[in-house]
This record gives sequence, structure tokens and C-alpha cells, in this order.
Amino acid sequence: MRRTAYTVIGIVILAVMLFPVYWMVNASLQPSGNTLTAGFLPLHPTFTGYKRALDEQGGNLVTSMIIAAGTVVLSLAIATPCAYALSQFRSRWVSIGLLAILISQMIPGIVIANALYTAYERIGLLNSIPGLIVANCSSGIPFAILILRSFMMSLPPSLVEAARVDGAGLFRAFVAIVLPISRNSLITAGLFSFLFSWSDFLFALTLTTKGGVRPVTLGIYQYLGTQVQNWNAVMATAVLSAIPAIVLLVAAQKYIAAGAIGGAVK
Amino acid sequence: MVVLTRTTVAGRERVRGRRRRGEDLTKVLFVLPAAVAMIALFGYPVVKNLLMSLQDYTLKTFFTGVAPWVGLQNYSTVVHDKLFADAMLNTALFTIGSIAFQFVIGLGLALFFRNRFPLGGLLRSLLLLPWLLPLIVSSATWRSILEQDSGILNRTLMGLHIVNDPVPWLNSPSVALIAVIGVNIWIGIPFNVTLLYSGLSEIPDELYEAGQLDGATGWRAFFHITWPNLRSVAGVVLMLGVVYTIKVLDIILGLTGGGPANATQTLATQSYEKSFVDFKFGQGAALSNILIAISFVFAIFYLRSTRRAVDE
Repeated sequence: MRRTAYTVIGIVILAVMLFPVYWMVNASLQPSGNTLTAGFLPLHPTFTGYKRALDEQGGNLVTSMIIAAGTVVLSLAIATPCAYALSQFRSRWVSIGLLAILISQMIPGIVIANALYTAYERIGLLNSIPGLIVANCSSGIPFAILILRSFMMSLPPSLVEAARVDGAGLFRAFVAIVLPISRNSLITAGLFSFLFSWSDFLFALTLTTKGGVRPVTLGIYQYLGTQVQNWNAVMATAVLSAIPAIVLLVAAQKYIAAGAIGGAVK
Repeated sequence: MVVLTRTTVAGRERVRGRRRRGEDLTKVLFVLPAAVAMIALFGYPVVKNLLMSLQDYTLKTFFTGVAPWVGLQNYSTVVHDKLFADAMLNTALFTIGSIAFQFVIGLGLALFFRNRFPLGGLLRSLLLLPWLLPLIVSSATWRSILEQDSGILNRTLMGLHIVNDPVPWLNSPSVALIAVIGVNIWIGIPFNVTLLYSGLSEIPDELYEAGQLDGATGWRAFFHITWPNLRSVAGVVLMLGVVYTIKVLDIILGLTGGGPANATQTLATQSYEKSFVDFKFGQGAALSNILIAISFVFAIFYLRSTRRAVDE
């Protein structure tokens, strides 16, 4: 009885916390206009907001997708070997590396944007997808190193040593044994890198100066402007931009559950 | 025969030595890409900002390539700017207000979810959603909720006769900062719940069982068992909270753009405006360096306090 009461309270808490998310979906299904007349339920849903969103922001969604995918590939390629080294090699450099990663979390994005803007201006990477991919790796790489390292700490060194006895070099053992075993943590690190890059607003705002390359976060920002013309299109774009977060929540939950069970067995 | 053996051993040793050296090189190659990336994405920007803050680095610099050294002039300009004191105060209010409420509400929810009940795990993980949403998506959503004339919050408050006139949440200098802090609290709660919940899970049940025998239940159990054991995790949560909150930019730009009448300008938004709206990169860099310095002071205080705790 008491446990059921807790569940009810839990659902109420969640409903309050997620109300804005519900409201975003609700407002996206309203007819177009610059006022918000939505009732509490979308009794007469229309998809004109989504049509407009896809017309105006469809290309930007694709741009965001490409940038986020590129960030995942580059971040994982750079972070994974380093995470392995930080978890398995014995060296005084390990703690220095970890300290550097922790300090990097204190550097505001605006500092990175300032410096990259001047550098990109010189080498012609402003308004370019590769430029934004590299900038977004500043959130992907440190996070991926930390997540992958914490998983790889649990790998027994004997695993790799067995392969080494068979004559495999360090790098081959890493590719053939460590990578397949780390699949789940690679997926988690990849999903988060994707989400960080997909959510990026600061680099999109500062490292693009003209229309060519425009991630969807920038599209939403420009919609917001001073006066919102079409709330349903804004909210429809917001819903479309929220999809990766929802996918991550479902996918990573599976990983979190698997990790918890794995920890319990040990 | 003997000679042959000796040469083979020596040869084998030479091979092993070569392999060891080759291996050290491989080990370096594992770390090298990440080291280069970290230096390019963090080391270079920090150094570059320090240099820029000492230069007259403006839009003109991009055409002429000239950025004269001006010493500490950028710092003195931004500190004497009439907005600087406001921005400092707003940064402090924004950071302290956000963290205090995020932490207290987050701790309350974490304690609640420690009760085992059906669907508890699922509800707790769904709670993460506000934290995972792109900040600009949250800003857009809250803009629509807080809209003065037709937003659902004002419509509800007026419908319930709690207020007679619509509250200008984002349009009035006297309430805008409160509204922005409120939104940031909403965004930060899931992060606090998650870390504090895992901290609470680490406290062994035996402590509570032993406490129960001594009559420590409810609030007494919290103050005598939970809090002392949670303190180090709470310290990490608060320190990370300060470091992340002090540099928040997206939410403020999305909700108010620093307005109305500069009521929500912080050091981060000021730094952005100086660099990318006024194109005074030197002054923008000076402001962001002040931001980093404040962050570092907090981190050092935190590290010293944890070291003292360990020493004791």
C-alpha cells in the first residue's frame, strides 16, 4: 500500500518535471500564429507546424546530423586509444593526463570560441562543417576519455597479455580484443558525443558568420528573435531537435542497466 | 655449439630490446592524438586568450593583422565598464540561486527515490530528460511557457486568480533574472539527483540498521548517518555545479539575450557580447579570463578542503 503511494508521488513528481516537455509537444501541434492559444490537450492537432519546420529547418537538421556524426567518429577515434592507455599503462603521465582533463572542464566555451574564431578566420574554417566538428570535439573527447577509461579499468590485463603471448603487437591486441569488449561503453560515449555536438549552440553561433552552414540550434535561436511569428513551427523544430535526447535516454538506460548487473555479478 | 647458443641468446635479447623500444613508441602513439587535441582545443585557447587580453584585438586586426600590445588596459576598461558590477552581481546571484535550489531539490528527490517502489528506477531515469535536451530547445520551450500575454503560466495563474495582471517574466528587469534562474534550476535538478542518488546508494545499509537500534530514524538518521557519509559526494556535486553554472551562456542568450535593460547580463554573456557583437576580442578575452580565474579559485578551495578532510 505504502509502496503504491510512493509510485503515485513519483509519477506526480515526474509529471511536474516533464510538464515543459509535454507542453513543447502540445504547442507544436497547434495551428500557426504568433499567440499561444493552446488548451491543455491538443484536441484538434494539426501538423502545419511540422510541415513548416521541415521546410525551413530540414536542411539545418541534416547539417546538425552530419556535424554530430562527424564529432562522434573523430572523438572516439582520438579518445579510445588514450582511454586505454590511461587505464592500463603505468606511468606518472597518467595522473597528469587526468588532471588536464578535469581542468579542461573549467574552461568556458566562450574562451575556446574566441581562440578558434581567430584561428579559423586565418585558415578558412569559419562557416564550415569540419570547423564545427573539430570545435565540438572539445566536449566529446574529454567526456569519452573519462567514460571509456572507467570501463577499461575493469579489464583484466591478462586478457591482452594472452594475445601478446601469441605474438600480437600492442596495437593489434587493442583492436582485436579491447575494442570488441568495450562495445557498450563505446556506444555510450558515442551517444553522448553525438548529443553534445547536436546540442551545441555556442560554436554554431560564433563560428558561423553567414548563412551557408547552419545547425538547427541556430535555426531555433533565429526563430526566437525578438518577436516570435509562428510558435507552432518553433515548437515543432524544438520537438524534432529533442528526438536524439529521447533516443539516448532509452538506449543509454539499457547500458546503465547492463552495467549495474555486470557490477553485481563481480 | 656453445658459440652458436651464445649468439642466439644475444640475438634474442637484442630483438627483445628492439621490441621494447618499439613498444614504448606504440604507447606514445596511443596518447599522442588525444594530447594534440587537448592542447589544440584547451591549451591553445587559454594561452591565446591570455595574449589577446593584453592586445588591442579588434575587427581591424583581421584586415591589418596588427594587434598592438596594450598591457592591462583591456582589464581596466572592462572592470570600469558600468555594466561590470551588475554582471558580477548577476553571475553570483545566478550561480548561487541555481545551485542552492538544484542541490536541495535534487537531494530531496534522491532521498525519495531511495525508497524502493514499483517503477522507481524507470521514473528516476526519465527524470534525466530535461538535462539531456539541447539547452536552446529548453530555452524555446520556456519562452513559450513564460510568454507574458499568452503563455500557459500566466494564463494558469490568472485563471486561478493568484495574480490579477500577467507577470512580465522575461520582459521586466525586476523579475527576468528570477525567471532565468528558475529555468536553470529545472535544467540542473536531474544532474544533482543522479549524482546524489549514486552517493546515497554507496552508504551501507548496516549503518542505518545500527542507527535504528540507537533510535536514529527519520531526520536524526539523516543528520547523523546520511549527511556525514554524503559530504564528499555533495562536495563534488557543488563544485561541479559552480564550475558549470558560472559559464552558462546558452540559456541566458535563448531566454533573454542578457536583457531586458541588461538585467540578466553575466560575465559569460558580457564576454560573448564584447567578442562577437562588438568585435572587441581583447576585452572579451579579458572578461573570460576573469571568469576562468573565479572558477579556479573555487576549484582550489574545494581541493584544499577535501585534502584537509582527508588529513583529519
